[in-house]
This record gives sequence, structure tokens and C-alpha cells, in this order.
Amino acid sequence: MNPALNSGLNSAVNAGMAPVATPCFFYVLAGLAVVSGLLVITRRNAVHSALALIVTLLAVTGLYLMLYAPFVAAVQIFVYAGGIMLLFLFVIMLVNIERSSKDRQFNRMWPVGLAAACALLALFVTAFVKGKALFPDRMISLPESSNTQQIAGMLYGEAGRMGEYTFAFEIASLLLLVAILGAVIMTKKKI
Amino acid sequence: MPNFIMSYLNSKDAITPGAAGSQFWALVYVFIIFAGVSVAVMAMNWLERKALAHFQIRLGPMRVGPHGLLQPIADAIKLMLKEDIIPAEADQFVFWVAPLIGLLAAFTVYTVIPFGPSQAVSDMNIGILFMLGVSSLGVLGIVVAGWASNSHYPLIGALRSSAQMVSYEVAMGLAVVSAILMTSLNATGTGTLSMIGIVQAQQQQGVWFIFKFFPLGLIAFGIFAIAMIAETNRAPFDMAEAESELTAGYHTEYSGLRWSLFMLAEYAAMIAVSSIAVALWLGGWMRPFPNLLHGPAWDFIFSLFPGLTFFGLAAIAVVGVVRMPAHSFFRIQRIGLAAFAAVLGFIALLLLVIAVAGRSADTSVAARFREGIDYVYWFVFKVAIFMYLFIWYRATWPRYRFDQLMKIGWKVMLPISLVVLIMTAIVGVLVS
Repeated sequence: MNPALNSGLNSAVNAGMAPVATPCFFYVLAGLAVVSGLLVITRRNAVHSALALIVTLLAVTGLYLMLYAPFVAAVQIFVYAGGIMLLFLFVIMLVNIERSSKDRQFNRMWPVGLAAACALLALFVTAFVKGKALFPDRMISLPESSNTQQIAGMLYGEAGRMGEYTFAFEIASLLLLVAILGAVIMTKKKI
Repeated sequence: MPNFIMSYLNSKDAITPGAAGSQFWALVYVFIIFAGVSVAVMAMNWLERKALAHFQIRLGPMRVGPHGLLQPIADAIKLMLKEDIIPAEADQFVFWVAPLIGLLAAFTVYTVIPFGPSQAVSDMNIGILFMLGVSSLGVLGIVVAGWASNSHYPLIGALRSSAQMVSYEVAMGLAVVSAILMTSLNATGTGTLSMIGIVQAQQQQGVWFIFKFFPLGLIAFGIFAIAMIAETNRAPFDMAEAESELTAGYHTEYSGLRWSLFMLAEYAAMIAVSSIAVALWLGGWMRPFPNLLHGPAWDFIFSLFPGLTFFGLAAIAVVGVVRMPAHSFFRIQRIGLAAFAAVLGFIALLLLVIAVAGRSADTSVAARFREGIDYVYWFVFKVAIFMYLFIWYRATWPRYRFDQLMKIGWKVMLPISLVVLIMTAIVGVLVS
């Protein structure tokens, strides 16, 4: 472990930043995420599903915060809970809920979904059982105060060092730009 | 327990309760802020009605208390006693929960607002992102309220408001990024997202970001100042509740306490976005001209301002007592207003005593109190200017049409904020 990080961690712990009531918070947040996740797929009313999905996303945000990843948590709130779910609601509200909730629900994809869910469950069980062998035996917990700077360093490089993920990051943003332009061109007849 | 309480008061280096890991003081701060914001919302409600009335050469509320001072309390009691109607066709649960979403989002952002270098509940590393993200959740409350009412006007109001907020968030975010870029102009070249860090960067660079790189900071601030009006659904951008077109927009079907929760959330959000503007561009808790007029003498003169402000308010109340008609009908009002003036004068005296007692020694309790009062006073003073501007805008400008609103958001503000962002980056690289 990098000594600078280590000292940062120690000073964070010394300053009283040690996590508070961790198991209690974890179980509450995890339970909330699971229950609202179940509500997302069981509600017949699409707006209720969307609201439950927002609760799931916010509960996961809390878990990110507990993992000392405040930047990811903030982006989760900003992009998913704030932006994408708003667009979901925007579209769903224009659908006639009355009629669609009385329609017979059909879905031919459930065997595929079941297989995917089982595979994911198997993965989780494996990770849980053999976790000690699969993962490094201690997590590098970054001090909360340098998390954002660490991410920036990874992406753009720091102190004369080239960033490891600069190219991938820029290509991903280019892909998003192409998608946006494509959407505009397909919907607008005359630009 | 006394040790527990004194531990934070005595600590030499001032840090926020969040950084000190002190749950007790964090809770105390939360209660103080909640109470303060609630009182500020009531005061703002009264001021808005009075100021709007005077703008239009009316008197405004005059009946409940002297000059209608007790009107907000009367309104609050009326709203609490009013029947809470849920429309038969509404979605009961969602209708019930919608005002709470907006209220929670509006009040959660206050955890990171820096009233002073240690006068905040917590100093998050992601402060500004957290504030923008959580305040953007507030629109969910509006959208969901409009849908759950199961009625046409609220639905249209909700759609308008969500489209408007999504559009203006883009320009707002870009303006904020250009201010964050300015925080990285230091020796290490590392910027910060923490609200306290942003104000401290202005302190170190010796300039408020509104004056930094002269027109650039000002333009970014202007874009934020326009976008924040649209974000909070205030006139002239109050399309979501345009009464001439949509009755009352998204809260048409709401009544009683639930309606008042929407109002509380709206005003709390106004204070929150004004605080962002103050912290990012107007130097946060710093007093005016800290680099031109420095030294203990100027510090002392500026620390008299909080007391003098309360003396001014007390003087206005005294004038009100003197000018009240000499009829027995006004006797109780006169006594009440005189008592109010006395309370204000007492607060003013207390503040002046603290300012004088804490003027020289840097370590005494009085000096720490004086510093804290100064920080909070100047922050609140700047926010209060914004709150008055909100009223002034509402009284002055006619409401935009919805397509004009969208056109300005996407075709004017977004390009300008992009240009400002790029120019700020270029100038920043050239300077450093």
C-alpha cells in the first residue's frame, strides 16, 4: 500500500472519521435496496415501479458512501436518481396508465431472465464462499478527502504521469456524443 | 456530558462537527439550521407580500399584528387547520408522499452549506456535486405531485417544470464547473469540490470568483443567477405554476398542510441555491474588501455590522410604534411592536458587546464567538440580498412564454456557458 494513502487513512481515522454503526446502516440500506428492487418488478403501475427504482438507486448510493466512494455516490444521485429517472417519469407519465395496467401482462423473456438471475446468484455465492482466495485480503480504503482527486489522477494522470484510462474515458464520451447526435438527427426532419 | 459538550467548543483548530466526528454537535447544528431556515421562510413570506404590495402601491397585509407582522403565523395556523383533501381519482400514496420528496431534497442540501470555515454540519469532499445532485432531486417531488393529482393542469405543470429544470441544469452545471476550475489556480494545481474549500480558495487567491478573469467570472455568475431562478420555478420563469394558464400548476389539487410543505420546499430551495451562488462567486463568509481594508481596526469596524443591523431593525420598529395612530384600538399592537423593538435592541446590544469584548484577544471565547458571528452574518447578509432580488424580479418582469424559455436555455445560455468554460480553462492555463 502506498505510504501517502496509508498516512491519509491514519489521519482520517485519527480525526474521528471511522465509520459509525456500520452493520446497522449496511443492513438497513441493503434491505431497502432489495425490497424496493422487488417492488420495481412486481408493481403493475409503471410510475410506482419508477419510484421504487429511485429508492433502490438512493439506497445503493448510501452503500457507495459506506465504501468511501463519495464521488461515485454523488454521480449516482446526479445522473441516475436525478437525471435518468426524471426522464423515465417524464415518458411514463405520458402513457395512459389506466389502460396499460388493465392489459394482460405478457413476457416471453422470463426463462432468459431466470437464467441470468441464477448465473448472478451463483457468482455472488462463489464470491461469498471463496472470497478470501479471489480478492486481495485487505481493501485499500482511500481517505474520504482524496477520493475525487484519486479518480481524477487515474483518468487524466497526475504529476507528469500519463493517465491509465484517459483514452478509454475519452472514447466513451465520444460514443455518447455520437449517440446524442444520432438521436437528434433521427427525430428532427429538418435541422 | 459537560465534557462531551465542551470538547468541541474548546478545540483549538476550528473544524466542522462532521470532520470532528461529533454526532452531538452535528445534531445541534442540524436543529439550528432547520429552525433558522423555517424562521427565514416565514420572514421571507411576510417580506415578499409586503414588498410586492409596495411595488404595486398597495399596503399588503396590515391586519394581523402591526404591519401584518404576525401574518405568516396566522397563515400557518390556517393551513394546518384546513381540511386536507385528496382527490378521489388521485393516486393516494404518491399524492401523499410527493411534497415530502421536495422538502427532503431542499433541506438535505443544508448539510454542506458553509456558513463559516467551521460553521457547517459537514465539509464533504464532494460538497458542490452533492448540493447540485440532491437539489435536482427536488424536481421529482414536483413531477410526481403533478402526475398523482390525476388532473390536466397539474400534469402539464409537472411536465413543464421537469423540462425546464433539466434544460437549465445543463447551463447551471457548466457555470459551476468554470468556478471550480478557478479553485485549481494554486501552487499544487489541485482544485476542490468542497464548499468550504471553494471559499478558502477565494480567500487564498485574494479575490472573489465573480471578479476573477474579469468578464469571465461575472458572466459565469450571471448564467448561474439566471439558471437558479428557473431551477426554483420563480417568476419570471414560473411556468410550472403559471396561474393565468394552469390555475396553480403542479399543486392545483393540493390544500392545507401539504400545500404549505410545497411552499416551504420552494423557499428552502431558493435559500439553498442562493447559498451556492454566494459560496462559489461572492466569497462565502468573507466580509467585503478583506484584502484592501485589512488590519485589526478594519476587522473591528466590520464586526460592528451585525449589531448595527439589528439596531437599524429596532429603530424601524420604534418608528412604527411612534407613528401608530393614538387610538385605544391600537393599544395592544403598540405594546407588541414596542416589545419586538426591545427584543431586537437587546440582540443588537448583545452583538455589540461581543464585538467589543472579542476585538483584540485571538484565543478567548468572546473572540471565537465574534468570529463565528461575523462569518454567519456576512454569509446570511449576501444570501438575503439574493432573496430580495427574487422578490424584485417577481415584481418587475413579466412571465416568459414556454418556448421562449426553452430557446433561451438551450440556444443562448448553454453556448455562452460553454464558451466561458473553455475561456476560463485557457486563461487559467496561461496564467499558471
